[in-house]
Amino acid sequence: MNRLKNILGTLRRYPTSIVALVIILVLASIAIGTLITIPYNEARELWKTSSQAWEDWPKYAAPAWTNLFRSAENKLPETIIVETNDFDALSVEPVGSSGTATRTIKELTFDYPYYIHPSELGLTFDTVSGTNPIATVTWITPDGRETKLFDSVINKRRQNISNDRTLTRTLGCQPIYGLFSNPDDPIDILKPGAGAEPQRGTYKLRVETLTFAEDSVVDVKLVVYGRVAGLAGTDHYRRNLLVGILWGTPVALMFGILAAVGSTTITFLIAAIGVWFGGWVDSLIQRITEVNSMLPLLPILIMLGIFYTPNIMLTLGAVILLNIFSLAIKTYRAMFLQVKNSPYIEAARAYGASGLRIIFRYMIPKIAPVLIPAFVTLTPGYVFLEAALAFLGVGDISLPTWGKILNNANAEGALLRGQFYWVLEPAFMLLLTTLAFAMLGFALDRIFNPRLRGI
Amino acid sequence: MAEKLLQVRDLYLYFRTSKGVVQAVDGVNLDMNRDDALAVIGESGCGKTSFIRAILRLLPRNVHTFKGSVVLLDTDIMKLSDERFRTQVRWQQMSMVAQAAMNALNPVLKVGDQVSEPLIIHRRIPKKQALAQAAEVFRLVGVPAEFLDRYSFELSGGMRQRAILAMSLITQPNLVILDEPTSALDMLTQANIMNVLKSIKRDLQQSFIFITHDVSTTSELADRGVVMYAGHIVEISNAEQFFLNPFHPYSQKLMASVPTLKEKKELEFIPGVPPSLINPPEGCRFAARCHRRFDMCDKEPPMFTLEDGRQVKCWLYK
Amino acid sequence: MQTQTQETQNGALLEVRDLKQWFELRKFVFARAGYVKAVDGVSFTLPRGEALALVGESGSGKTTLARTVLGLYKPTAGDVIFEGMKLSSLNRRQMREYRADLGYVQQDPYGALPSFMPIHTILAEPMKIHGIRSHSEQTARIHEVLEEVRLTPVDDFINKFPHMLSGGQQQRVVIARGMILNPKLIAADEPVSMLDASVRVEILKLLRRIQEAHNLGVIYITHDLSTVRYFAERIFIMYAAKTVEKAPVESLLEHHLHPYTVALLAAIPDPDPENAKRFRDVPPGEPPNLVNPPSGCRFHPRCPQAIDGLCDVEEPPEFYPLEGVEHSVECWLYK
Repeated sequence: MNRLKNILGTLRRYPTSIVALVIILVLASIAIGTLITIPYNEARELWKTSSQAWEDWPKYAAPAWTNLFRSAENKLPETIIVETNDFDALSVEPVGSSGTATRTIKELTFDYPYYIHPSELGLTFDTVSGTNPIATVTWITPDGRETKLFDSVINKRRQNISNDRTLTRTLGCQPIYGLFSNPDDPIDILKPGAGAEPQRGTYKLRVETLTFAEDSVVDVKLVVYGRVAGLAGTDHYRRNLLVGILWGTPVALMFGILAAVGSTTITFLIAAIGVWFGGWVDSLIQRITEVNSMLPLLPILIMLGIFYTPNIMLTLGAVILLNIFSLAIKTYRAMFLQVKNSPYIEAARAYGASGLRIIFRYMIPKIAPVLIPAFVTLTPGYVFLEAALAFLGVGDISLPTWGKILNNANAEGALLRGQFYWVLEPAFMLLLTTLAFAMLGFALDRIFNPRLRGI
Repeated sequence: MAEKLLQVRDLYLYFRTSKGVVQAVDGVNLDMNRDDALAVIGESGCGKTSFIRAILRLLPRNVHTFKGSVVLLDTDIMKLSDERFRTQVRWQQMSMVAQAAMNALNPVLKVGDQVSEPLIIHRRIPKKQALAQAAEVFRLVGVPAEFLDRYSFELSGGMRQRAILAMSLITQPNLVILDEPTSALDMLTQANIMNVLKSIKRDLQQSFIFITHDVSTTSELADRGVVMYAGHIVEISNAEQFFLNPFHPYSQKLMASVPTLKEKKELEFIPGVPPSLINPPEGCRFAARCHRRFDMCDKEPPMFTLEDGRQVKCWLYK
Repeated sequence: MQTQTQETQNGALLEVRDLKQWFELRKFVFARAGYVKAVDGVSFTLPRGEALALVGESGSGKTTLARTVLGLYKPTAGDVIFEGMKLSSLNRRQMREYRADLGYVQQDPYGALPSFMPIHTILAEPMKIHGIRSHSEQTARIHEVLEEVRLTPVDDFINKFPHMLSGGQQQRVVIARGMILNPKLIAADEPVSMLDASVRVEILKLLRRIQEAHNLGVIYITHDLSTVRYFAERIFIMYAAKTVEKAPVESLLEHHLHPYTVALLAAIPDPDPENAKRFRDVPPGEPPNLVNPPSGCRFHPRCPQAIDGLCDVEEPPEFYPLEGVEHSVECWLYK
């Protein structure tokens, strides 16, 4: 404990390390917080492409706060959702003689003040009933033009308005343009730029539902999909990228730290054993190390990812295995050799300490401090490795990680489409993590490696 | 023509460390004549190594205070810029033989190349001539000229020490400073090196300052003895005075703790440890361990000059 | 079960017979380039309660000899016999018990202590290895031993780390560790050469006191002859892997017989201002190469009194030229 306080005190002399510690603490709290609020199974569910959780989110949306940097006229639309449950009925009248049929008319209103059309339009029908109800949904523009969007039995949950072919034919163009068309500036194929701006004002949606049972409940929801959403934007599956960014943190940290600590510790032990026993054991270890250093790490991992379904634990295991005979063994071996000839080791042999005892009680504790900066400086490398593997498509697909986000972004041509946020967000997290660990590692190196002191 | 070779006045050297300011050299005054061999004696932590570092301006980066005046012949070298010091003073007028100097030889250079280097760099003498001068100095120190062509690992410890000595002499400096010149060597080799130093002193009238904690070896070469304790000089006297009858209680105890072969005596030791140089104690710094301490010792004594030329920093000699 | 040899001297703690310790020089992986003959035929006995000084320069073999006695090397030839038992005949377990009977004090006090263990752990280690596991027993013994080396108050020191102690205090801990298993023999290899002058005497006196209190045998290795008179009964001068003169200290100082001994004594300065005025007589040359030592007497290339035809041909045996004194010299001058 005292040693820890000493170390923290000495770190104070290196301001970059304080910054680094703060960043790492923030990352760690994000990781822990995320693990608590979005447990693993929930995260996997959320990340599934078939997940229903994102159905009201737009695709390819930029983060909502980017609107802060746009002038009032240029703000990108946010998603507008209006549903019948939020509005009182204009009229509710029984129909027919059975006594259970009811016609309900509601008028939903919303404002559309944006200079650009929404990305999509959709209707969701939430019904609890025995017999399917009938609904008529009418779109009313601010200047009173009416278009019928839906007029039939509700037998499916979602109706995509923007892809509705019938509606397209009726309107003569895509619904997102047609429903918002400006009468003063109609869309004309022959005139480019015409009809580029939607009509701003208050739009109404008249929903007439006919239910056939007493306890029938119908909720009709209109989703006017915007172009910005959430803190981090969305991807091609409408997923809130924040979930990916947040969840990527514990994965990255865990992978990086476990790989760094695991491989370094084992490497260290191997070096110790080699030095103590000497002879053919030492030579064998050196030869294995040399051969291992020629094996290409990334191609082997990619091969593993192709032949086996990659899951993160398998990748972690493979990474550690391929790195325990790294060239760092030669460095540690040199340190151990130096220590082996120390007077205190000789004294220990003189009073009868066994070989194993000397390795674990006398040699390793002497050199172990060198491991601490090694853990910290090697972590970002492994974080990056995991991201690289995910980026190349051989990572764990079920987990939302930074590398996976980059992989998606790349596949969808995000940079070409101007969706910079999609690439910048995971890149920024990677950069931050790597920088923080590197800065802390360098400072620790200066503390634990006496030869570097004073720099 | 200056009479005195070296005059040091009020030399201070403090270092900044994580534990505080180490007052390594704390107000040192010293005079030295030509042809003098001056022995600076003291234990580890008394400031003797820092003292020569201060004179040679071989300072580390964490210096806190460095002031005073060091007049070499007629120039105050403390006032020179670093660059002028490097080109004009260091190794031209003063050179140094470091502790365990045998390890100071560059293993990838031939010994001759390294020994002649000061001439090539400072005096711009062409290599052939410099090597010839190196051979001459080698003869002086007792190393055969053929060793100029060898590498340092081919030489024994004693030979290497002599090669380093040659390197320090080759520019014929006014002053050669030796830091523990023989502590890493065997007894016979030690005696050999001492013989070499004696012959150089006699033949070249070379002035030396040498630092050691081994009191017996200093008697081989010293004309005068300077005893340092906790950053201060506590006694300056000539060899006879010092070895036969030291005045300062610390010097007395030090002499009493040296085992001698020829005469039988009761060995004494000094209990306790020297004070830390970070926040050194008030008053006389040896008082805590002194067997002749009295009430005046609570104040720091000045350096008293006695009739026979000695200087003692002790209230007993007021 | 002890294997007694028939000819042990009475009461001798340690007997060394014609001990040879050669180290192999490897050229490539398999080729052998010869042997470094670090110890080449040394014999002596050491009774309890006696301090024996081994004096010689670097390369003389004194450290290797001590290390072999401590069991750190296996002798190439010859025997080390401790309390009547041959070291080479001991099995693993007996060897471990043997180690408890020996204490080792090394030259570098800081290097001899593990820097990451506090003092009480350092001192407990030998006990743990030899089966003393009870915490209270360990603590009691630690207190006992620290009192004996005068590191008091003990509680001030047991939790400190080595770097917090001065050189002298560190060496006391090393001595304490050497004593902790109640050994019968202490091997002290240059125990004070890295300490300051004023501390040396203190530590040497401590060692002497401990030796007398526990009637220990002490092998005291040094290159500083001037301390020997104060701390040893007998002295052996070693040169080039062999002993050249063995004598009680007073006898050696009075009658230095071997030319090498004479040179050594002449080379040691006492603090005498007259030293600056004269040159010392030093034999020319360097100690010989231990792979190929000179033929015959190893000192003959440097000896001012070498006899041609004898000293360079045959190795001299031990002679006892003085009446009534156990003072031997290996030199043809005393035939």
